[in-house]
Amino acid sequence: MGGWRAYLTTASPRSRRQAALQRAWLGWLTFRTNPAAMLGLGIVSALVLCAAAAPWLATHSPIEQDLVRRLAPPSAEHWLGTDELGRDIYSRIVYGARITLRIVALVAVIIGPIGLAIGCLAGTLGGAVDAVLMRLTDVFLAFPRLVLALALTAALGPGIENAVIAIGLTGWPPLARLARAETLTIRRSDFIAAARVIGASQLRIVAVHVVPLCLPSVIIRLTLDMAGVILIAAGLGFLGLGATPPSPEWGAMIATGRKFVLDQWWIAAMPGLAICAASLGFNLLGDGLRDVLDPKLR
Amino acid sequence: MIAVRDLTVRFGLGADVVTAVGGIGFDVRAGESFGIVGESGSGKSTVLRALAGLVDDWSGAVSVAGAPLPRRPDRAFRRRVQLVLQDPYASLHPRQTVDRILAEPLAVHGIPDADRRIVDALAAVGLDASFRFRYPHQLSGGQRQRVAVARALLLDPEILLLDEPTSALDVSVQAEVLNLLRKLRRERRMTFVLVSHNLAVVANMCDRVAVMTGGLIVEQLDAPRLAAGTVTHEYTSALLRASAGYDRSHGAHDAAMG
Repeated sequence: MGGWRAYLTTASPRSRRQAALQRAWLGWLTFRTNPAAMLGLGIVSALVLCAAAAPWLATHSPIEQDLVRRLAPPSAEHWLGTDELGRDIYSRIVYGARITLRIVALVAVIIGPIGLAIGCLAGTLGGAVDAVLMRLTDVFLAFPRLVLALALTAALGPGIENAVIAIGLTGWPPLARLARAETLTIRRSDFIAAARVIGASQLRIVAVHVVPLCLPSVIIRLTLDMAGVILIAAGLGFLGLGATPPSPEWGAMIATGRKFVLDQWWIAAMPGLAICAASLGFNLLGDGLRDVLDPKLR
Repeated sequence: MIAVRDLTVRFGLGADVVTAVGGIGFDVRAGESFGIVGESGSGKSTVLRALAGLVDDWSGAVSVAGAPLPRRPDRAFRRRVQLVLQDPYASLHPRQTVDRILAEPLAVHGIPDADRRIVDALAAVGLDASFRFRYPHQLSGGQRQRVAVARALLLDPEILLLDEPTSALDVSVQAEVLNLLRKLRRERRMTFVLVSHNLAVVANMCDRVAVMTGGLIVEQLDAPRLAAGTVTHEYTSALLRASAGYDRSHGAHDAAMG
């Protein structure tokens, strides 16, 4: 007990690793005091767990049809009822977490680095580079997100990959703007001047000195954005442009449940609740991360 | 060591152009400690930043260490000329440990044996190894400025430029840092150019002093003359009176000047 706690709190750490771990530990202590953030972390962790352990958590196959038991209300056998083809809704939601999480992760992996790189480069280098990159950002920012996503999936055909590309294309400009704004406040600071005096190249200054300071706000924004990404993905699924049947995508599940919403409410309501909880989880997590990571709020 | 002729620095474009330094000249001999003194906005820090290669747009003839000051300073130049900035709360990267900060110049210049050099540099500025893995926010102002000095020393420069190295520090810590700088200069035979608004600091640290106001050098004098107060320019004497503080015998006139 005492050993690792002392290791994490001693005033004079003895290695780089210890200093970094101490920093993370302090962040965790701050994060832990925020109940909403902990709820968000819990929801997102549950989502990850669902996706990872779907075969063990699900009680039925997500695609196997059982027409005898179609439109059954929630019961001991089918916890959240069955849909119009007799598929178990609980199992479909559990497997659906995989699709949702894959979209969220792919979008984050695409737009995070692109937004960060473009914003930090534009902010640090300034001048013509800044002008070109920011006008490019404006062009993409000018497209309404959902409409561009609709157009792209309509042109490229429905499917998760195309949905990810469509969401990613409109997702990076806000991050680039944010990273650039952060960079502009940093680039005139003395420690950047000190790095120049040492002889660090522009690229090194961006990568080693600027990016680590922009990273927290980009991560926060990215986490908050993920809520929107879940909604757009579900929207595309609802319109039949996201995941293709019979894959258990939450938006597509709502779309099929729409026909029965008055008599068999659970078919649409259960995946709706899942979407709501997932996007709420990312929102709360993002808010909590802001309290921990944002140096301006300290 | 340093020869400056007709150095002019302008900021801004068109009608907004501001002449920060309006054609000044001075010489600094090798091993000398040269002071530039003046009030805020006199252009003294700009001169220092130009010498450090941080100002992109300047004109005039400047030679540093026997070679013309390069427009785009290379690494060789960086190793000969280092700068310590005024505010140690701003000049250290807030997310890097002291270790990372000190490893940076070594990594940039590909200097081997970083571990030993970092410990040595900390010892040279009077910090023990327990400070090595702390973040700047865990250090006091004086300790931070020592780290900033250590960072400059790691490249073993011939010329150390000091921009108000103590003005952001508590009075009690100022003397410690100045003593440290004096000791380092003696040990490493460095040439100093020190900028300050504080006459006492400059008189204490420097062999010769240039007085700047409005982007121009109005007077150059050596330390004994400054100590004796035998100055010729009226701005210098006003500065001397101001630095004497609120002496009751001088009364309200000096308070208005200060």
